[in-house]
Order: sequence, then C-alpha cells, then structure tokens
Amino acid sequence: MPQLTPIPSLDADQDRTMILNMGPQHPSTHGVLRVILEIDGETVVRIMPEIGYLHTGIEKTCEAKFYQQVVPLTDRIDYLCPLTNNLCYCLAVEKLLGLEIPPKAEWVRVLLNELTRINSHLVWLGTHALDIGAMTVFLYCFREREDILRLFEAVSGQRMMTSYFRIGGLALEPPLDFFARVRDFVRRFPAKIDEYENLLTANPIWLMRTKGVARLTAEDALALGASGPTLRASGVDFDLRRDLPYCAYDKFRFAVPVAEEGDVFARYICRVRELRESTRIVEQALAGMPEGAIKAEAPKVVLPDREKMKTQMEAMIYHFKIITEGFSVPAGEVYQAVESPRGEMGYYVVSDGTAKPYRVHMRSACLANLQTLPAMCEGRLIADVVAAIGSIDIVLGEIDR
Amino acid sequence: MNITQFILVAVVKIVLAIWLLLTAVAYTVWLERKLVGHIQNRWGPTRVGPFGLLQPLADGMKFIFKEDLTPPHVNKPLYIAAPMISLVFALTSIALIPVGGWVRVAGVNTPLEITEVNMGLLIILGITSLGVYGVALAGWSSNSKYSLLGGLRASAQMVSYEVALGLSLVGVLILAGSFNLREIVDAQSGTFWGVIPRWYIFRWPPQIVGFLIYLTAAYAETNRLPFDLPEAETELVAGYHTEYSSMKFAMFFMAEYANMITVACLASLLFLGGWHGPVAGPAIVRAVLPVFWFGLRVFGFLFLYIWVRGTLPRFRYDQLMAFGWKFLLPLAIANVIVTALIVALRS
Repeated sequence: MPQLTPIPSLDADQDRTMILNMGPQHPSTHGVLRVILEIDGETVVRIMPEIGYLHTGIEKTCEAKFYQQVVPLTDRIDYLCPLTNNLCYCLAVEKLLGLEIPPKAEWVRVLLNELTRINSHLVWLGTHALDIGAMTVFLYCFREREDILRLFEAVSGQRMMTSYFRIGGLALEPPLDFFARVRDFVRRFPAKIDEYENLLTANPIWLMRTKGVARLTAEDALALGASGPTLRASGVDFDLRRDLPYCAYDKFRFAVPVAEEGDVFARYICRVRELRESTRIVEQALAGMPEGAIKAEAPKVVLPDREKMKTQMEAMIYHFKIITEGFSVPAGEVYQAVESPRGEMGYYVVSDGTAKPYRVHMRSACLANLQTLPAMCEGRLIADVVAAIGSIDIVLGEIDR
Repeated sequence: MNITQFILVAVVKIVLAIWLLLTAVAYTVWLERKLVGHIQNRWGPTRVGPFGLLQPLADGMKFIFKEDLTPPHVNKPLYIAAPMISLVFALTSIALIPVGGWVRVAGVNTPLEITEVNMGLLIILGITSLGVYGVALAGWSSNSKYSLLGGLRASAQMVSYEVALGLSLVGVLILAGSFNLREIVDAQSGTFWGVIPRWYIFRWPPQIVGFLIYLTAAYAETNRLPFDLPEAETELVAGYHTEYSSMKFAMFFMAEYANMITVACLASLLFLGGWHGPVAGPAIVRAVLPVFWFGLRVFGFLFLYIWVRGTLPRFRYDQLMAFGWKFLLPLAIANVIVTALIVALRS
C-alpha cells in the first residue's frame, strides 16, 4: 500500500530537486488536471495529482431538479460516455420506483452503451497515442468516432449530450434505418481496430514506451479502489456487466479481457480487446433485438406518446402533471453501479418521497483510478508520468463533478 | 576573373543561396502540413492560394505581426541571442554545400556553391554542432522549468548523436580519400554495368550501414520524431522554446527546417551520388538537370522525414540515450573498422 503524501511544499529539497507544475494548463493532462511533480533531473521523486479545477456543482444542482430533469445533467458528468451515465441514473431511479422495463428498451440500452464504450475508448486510444507521440492514430480514431457520433445523432438528435434514456425506458423509438446503420458500422469496425493495432501493438517504439512502465500491482489497485480496465490490467478479473448484471447483460456472451502485468501496455491491450468485445455485444444485440414497447407501463412516471397526449384526456393530464410538478419517488435510498468505459460508475440516489432527489452522489471511477497515479509513477521519468496519465483514461468532468 | 567580378559573383551566389534555402524551408513546412494531413485523413492547408501554396507566406506574415513577448524573468541578452545563434548557424552551413557542377554565366566560370573549400565537410559538421548553443542557451536563459528540461535534453541528445553522425561518414571518407564534397561526389559518377549507379551505398565495401546510421542520427540531430524529445509537446509543453513567441519562435522553427535540408543535402552528396544522373539534351538542359537530380534526392529525404513523423511514436529520454551510445555508436565504429580493413587489404 503506497503512502499517500501530502502536497509537497513548494520549497522542496533546494539542492537536489525541483517542483514542476504539470497543469492545469498542459497538453497532456486531459483537461484541467494539475499534477505537482517533485523531480530530480528527469526522475520523479514525488507526485501529487490535484483536482478540482473543473468543479461544476452538478451533484448539488441535481437536488434542485425534478427526477426526470436530472437526466441531461448526467450527460455533462462525463462527456465521453453520456449514455452510460444516463443509464446508471435511470437504473437507480427505476430501482427506487420498482419499474419493469420492456425488453426492447433494455436491449437498445445495451447496444447504445457498448457503442458508447467504443466511442470513449476511441477517444482514449487517440489521446493516449498522441501523448506518446503517435499523432496519426488520433485522427484515425476520430474518424471512426465520427461514425458513432452520427449514430447517436440519428437516435437522439444530439452528437454528444444525448439524454436518450428516460426513467422508464427510452425517449423515442430509434429511427427506421438505425439498426441497419449500426450493422454497417460493426461490420466495418474490426478492420479499423486492426489498423490501429498495426500502428501501435506491432510498433517497437510503442512497446518500449509502454511495456513495464508505470506498474500497478493487484493489491495496490484494489486498496486504492481502482476499477475498470485499470483494475483488470493488474490481473483482477472483475466486470460489473458480468458479475453484477444490469439491463440485459446476462443474456449476452462476451469475454472480459484481463492482463497480468499491470503496466501501461496491459491497460492498452485490455482496452483494445474491449473494443472487439463491445463490437461482439453490439452484433448480438442487433441479432436478437426483441420487438415491443420502448417505455414502461407507468403513466404516472413515463410521459405518454405524443399522439395519445393529443387525443386522450387522461394522457394529457398525466403529461401536464409530470412536466409541471414531476413525479414523486417513494422515500428510500439506492446505489446502482454500471461498468462505464472507465470502471465502476455508481449513482447513489436518496429520495425523501418528493419529486426532487434529496441527494444524488456519483461514485466516480476516474477519481479512484487517478489515486493510483503516485503508486505507478514514483521513481520513474517525466515521460512515464505522461504515459501513465494517458493509460488511466481520466475525464476530469467526472472527477470534479 | 578580376576582383570586382569576384565580389559580384559571390554576392549574387549568397543572395541566391539564402533565398533558395529560405524558400525551401517555407515549402518544406507546407509539404509537411500537406503530407501529414493526407497521411492523417485530412486535407492540410487548402485556403490560401491553389493547394494552399501561399500558406507559407501567410504563416510568415502571421509570425511577423504576432506580439513579440519577452517575459520579465528571462536573461535578456542570451534570450534574444539564442534564436539568432540557431538560425545563423543553420543558414551558414548551406554556404559550403555544392548543388551541381561548374557553370559558365556571362563569361564567368563558377561552381554551383557559394565557396569551395577543401575541408568542406569538416566545416559543415563544425557549424552544425555550434547550433546546439542556440538551443541550450534558449533553455537556460528562459528561466522556465520546461525550457530548462528541454534545453538539457536537446544538448545531451545533439552532442551524443553528433558522435554517431560523424563516425557514420568516416567510411565514405576512407573510400573517397577526401574531405572535399565536390571530389566525393565526382568519385560517385558513372554506373556499374550501365545499371547500378556508383553511389557509395552500392560500392564495395558497402556504405549502406553508414547510410542508415547517418539517417537515424540525422533525425536526432534535427529534433524530429521519433527523437523530438527536446520539444516533446505532450511532456514539456514546447521544450526549449516554450517562452518564445513571434519571430523569435519562428527563427527556431526556420532553423529546424534549414537543418533538415542541410542534413538531407549532405546525405545526398555523400551516399547517393550528389547531382549525378542521366543528362541529355541542349546545353541549358544539361546545366539544369544535375541540379534537378540533386533536388529530387533532397526532396526524397524530406519526404521520408515527414512520413516517419506521421507514423512513429516518440522515444523516452533514457531509451534515446541508450540507443545512441549503446547501439548506434558501436555500429558506426564497427562500420569504420570493417571499411578500413577491407580498403587496407585490397590495396
């Protein structure tokens, strides 16, 4: 268990070391992370990540909104996987309400979640490669990401801030050609993964930069609360999709990539394999997509269809009530966790029986993962710190909330 | 040739060479942006002029009009001198590089280089090594931590790879028996059996190893990917020129590209037969074709530079040092010994 050091005083050992402020404005701190390094030449003696530069107060804002109004806020937590956050929040509230979700909605949720995972991993892969100097991979990744964003736009009208999942189901029926377009994408995508791997996995310089660099042992990873690929790359086989299934994940067959080494390369290869596994899950979701409703049968919670609202008195009353005064949720508390691209994303929702949540706490995967940085980097070089930060895949919006 | 003629010819050649070099620098930047763009599924510059051909002009204008900021914490004299040192030495070395044979213009016979020196190669190597002062001083005088680290990296890297670079040329020197670039090039004229050109990389003992060492060390000398550690933007923000702006930054930028061109010229002269190539046709074409062949080789080199930049990630500092001292240097020494032995046994 590594010792968590306090913030180094700014007059470090005058004779030997110096303090280097990496960030909050720095090209490879992925947003506004500040890393305080105490360095001896190029060797890092101590390292201290400092967060809080992207604090938005979203958790607090949630307490002033109706339950359904919180969904768009969850998009803004983690701008690389908005749908995962939408899903996690909806699942938590649905658990409090005891809602039964129709199978089609669940399958579409799984499908979109895996596309989100691919989307997020593509951004990670591109920026990580860029950090290590391979700038071309970045643009290749963004080319495929563009395809996924177009799919999101088709389904929700938004490229990034989707807010497509609603408490009780989905916002809209997916457009007619949507599944065909997804099918076309997953047919093309594996060849693109090969292309990235050609540029990186087979590249000796890439291997030199990543293998054996920034090791994290399984004990440290567990003790510091790491999750997701950061944990699995250290040899701990844990994936919420398989071990604590939500939505319809128990109906899918997929492998959970695990690596033993715990270095930057292990984290890289885990995520690249996850890209392939996610593609498989999307294929299965397309093949077995059930027919039926996309919203739960709960008129007091779920907004009625547009047509019903215009033709039926009751539907219009419900619509008016939900929009103007929200819906009350039985008092209680719930914790729901999902496997986000970065690890265990959890929503802890407390209800006092009114239409607004009493408290929404987000268990951020990145916050815990970022804590592993000192364990990885102390005693290594500055260039390794950059590689390590990239390999944890942090999103500062999620850390600071 | 009287003294007036001599001075006139010299001035004309200096102006021409500097103009040519600066234009080449500008269009290498354009080429880089365009090529890397196409490698990366983008278009590169397209807006200024056809195919973005006027982009270098726009870039230059932008640099001139940017605010020339001198941070208050710098060591002013050195801070101002550093970019000048870099650029001056980068431009000076072109004076000794021949780009073709002799020409006769307006009754004056003159070689296609500013001045012909017997020790040309040694002087070029000396001048390019001086360029490291610019980088080291920039890193030190900026009084900024990132600059300092960049400056340290740059000086260590350039000094280390200088050794391998110099040694990689010794094989050719043994074969040619001269430091005079013109003589080295002339020794490579003609072909074996009318097919294979008599370039030093094809000769016995083959200098292909020396050529590859030179190529690798040249990337490190000019701070280009995969050896661009002194300015590794994702680690050191911009390395030694973090605190520079406007024309001062542009000077470093131009110096880097001028160095790339010098290194490419040297490689063409020493290993690839300089300006030799098929020549035919009327007198004017005969005069211009060698320069064209030379330019083509240099272009090929620059293309390779840019291609590599679009493909490879960056080394780490310790790996770079280990690669230079433990791999390139022994290999270069082995190449020298083998070449010398073969030449000695043959004679």
